[in-house]
Amino acid sequence: MFPLSISRVEISVKSKKLLGPINLVINEKGITVVLGANGSGKTTLLEALHGLRKLSRGKLEWSVPNSQAAQQQSFVFQSPIMLRRSVIENLIYPLIVRRISKSIAVEEAKLWAQKIGLENKMSQQAPLLSGGEMQAVAVARALITKPKMLFLDEPTASLDGLAKKTIEEILIIAAKGGTKIIMSTHDLGQAKRLANDIIYLHKGILESHGPKEDFLNAPPSDAARQFLAGDIVI
Amino acid sequence: MNEILQGLVQAFWLVISLDTELIAISLRSLYVTLTALLISTLVAFPLAALIVVTRFRFRRVVIAILNALMGLPPVVVGLLVYIIFSRSGPLGVLGLLYTTSAMIIAQTVIITPLIASVAHQSMRELWADYRDLLISINTSKPQRIGTLMWDSKRALITACLAGFGRGIGEVGAIMIVGGNIDNATRVLTTAISLETSRGDFSLALALGFVLISLALSVSFATHWFGKTERGGLW
Repeated sequence: MFPLSISRVEISVKSKKLLGPINLVINEKGITVVLGANGSGKTTLLEALHGLRKLSRGKLEWSVPNSQAAQQQSFVFQSPIMLRRSVIENLIYPLIVRRISKSIAVEEAKLWAQKIGLENKMSQQAPLLSGGEMQAVAVARALITKPKMLFLDEPTASLDGLAKKTIEEILIIAAKGGTKIIMSTHDLGQAKRLANDIIYLHKGILESHGPKEDFLNAPPSDAARQFLAGDIVI
Repeated sequence: MNEILQGLVQAFWLVISLDTELIAISLRSLYVTLTALLISTLVAFPLAALIVVTRFRFRRVVIAILNALMGLPPVVVGLLVYIIFSRSGPLGVLGLLYTTSAMIIAQTVIITPLIASVAHQSMRELWADYRDLLISINTSKPQRIGTLMWDSKRALITACLAGFGRGIGEVGAIMIVGGNIDNATRVLTTAISLETSRGDFSLALALGFVLISLALSVSFATHWFGKTERGGLW
């Protein structure tokens, strides 16, 4: 499925350019963190890579046909989208969609409920969970299909320390298990903890992409330097 | 006032004595409306969901027409169905005029747009929540439609009740296509209409009370089985 080659990708809405042109190659290993201020195009980039946004220009190329690549991806949204069903029914949903038998799906979902510490809340309605629990369910639901590619859009933006830790631990295990992860975040600490490489976006332009250490030691631009220093980047 | 009391008393005795004619008429009312309701839901729910998940050129026009058809005057529907099934009409050979089948057809035409509109409204709101997730999970269109229908089942029950209410209380269309024939096409509403014109107000009122209690019982039964207002938000 990898590498994913992104060439001259642009996204515009009503002739206003939100993103691009982006040229990038994504390889199959590790965690790539997308950094940037609000409105820098992080969400747009992730959505475009996942196929949720129509490209205004350029192209995305997986090494397999797009339909096959789509089957092997998952996406976790910034505010978790819970189906109006119980926790377990949320977890089995992607498996049922892929025509996996219900008994196998339920077994798998029980394992995931344990991993996220919700084994006692499996029959509870998912939209009534706390924010952290909902996001954990969303991450588990994204990983239950064993995707090769997982996108996360600021998954821990509104979560407290413990909820954040639970999710980060799951992501590290998933990455070790061979799932490529691309996640956006505001949280520099999180980027330092998780990232193998960092993509830095500023006003829709890709300013740098490289190993975490390079970005942290030698920020590519004034905006990136300000961002790292904790200044307000406009 | 006296007549209302007399009507109540007579209704009570009619029900208590299990008046055979009353039972036959009530059952016929239920048969016609419930059959029409069943056919309507089979058409209206998937149609509404399809309109929600599909973008096509005249989508807004279709929605506007659907909403406008909610106010379709039953008498006009009755007239059209009458013309179509009358001896010289295009479907006259079927010989359906003055049968319960014709009444079912007329009622189906009347309640389908109502059910479809109510269903469309609720599923559209759910789709706004679910859209990104269902696209991300790579669901097929039938799977999206199935998920929307399942997760908005409470709203769909309400749509059914609205359709049932409009059907069971409807008199204009079924009077024209059914003809209010004793022991054949007489239902509660046409019987009330007949008794009123004959001046037998207490019997008309008695039938009216039976009609109201029928509608209420169906509503209560639906809510009971649907577990509405119990166990969570939906």
